[in-house]
Amino acid sequence: MILDNGSRVKIKDKSPPGHIRTPKYIRGKVGIIERCVGIFKNPEQLAYSLNANEYGLYRVRFKMTELWDDYTEGQNDTLDAEVFAHWIEEIKNAA
Amino acid sequence: MRKDRGPEHRWHDMGGLEAGSINNDSHDFAIWEKRVDALLTLSTKKGLFTVDGLRRVLEDMGEEAFETMSYYERWVSSINQNLIEAGIYSLDELGEKMAEVKARGETYGEAQEDKT
Repeated sequence: MILDNGSRVKIKDKSPPGHIRTPKYIRGKVGIIERCVGIFKNPEQLAYSLNANEYGLYRVRFKMTELWDDYTEGQNDTLDAEVFAHWIEEIKNAA
Repeated sequence: MRKDRGPEHRWHDMGGLEAGSINNDSHDFAIWEKRVDALLTLSTKKGLFTVDGLRRVLEDMGEEAFETMSYYERWVSSINQNLIEAGIYSLDELGEKMAEVKARGETYGEAQEDKT
């Protein structure tokens, strides 16, 4: 999966019990692909000494108001988080 | 104290929680702490396990360990767990080595004494 800069994406809202690299506060949230920062072995497999797949790691930009219901500071403030491709769903624009 | 919020939001996933003030005092490390740090570097450079394995075990140790053990005490526990899982030494060998080291004395000073 290749995600273009600027794509609207949603972080998968799943919680398998184990070593996962996507924090709770961004799961299920919508953001924009800021850039791909590289291709890396999946740490969620490396953590168990398994042969790891390689995935793109994307910097995803979220509005703070998307992440925190009670956010009262700058309404245009953003937060960047780095998320592996297997946690990301692209939101297709309606034609 | 925060309690585990269940498998969908594990204890170590602290983003967004009240953190309190941060202690910015600098501090030195004890020799054993530097050795633990070196052990991780050696282990990962040799490909025995990865820093992801270190983190997995730290997380699985739970919040109680986070609050009762120091940073490098948690690291050495995790490194040991990973080395056991990787088959680098057995529990039997570990037990024997621990007994051998303990017999040298309780402190570095005692361990240096000539016991012959």
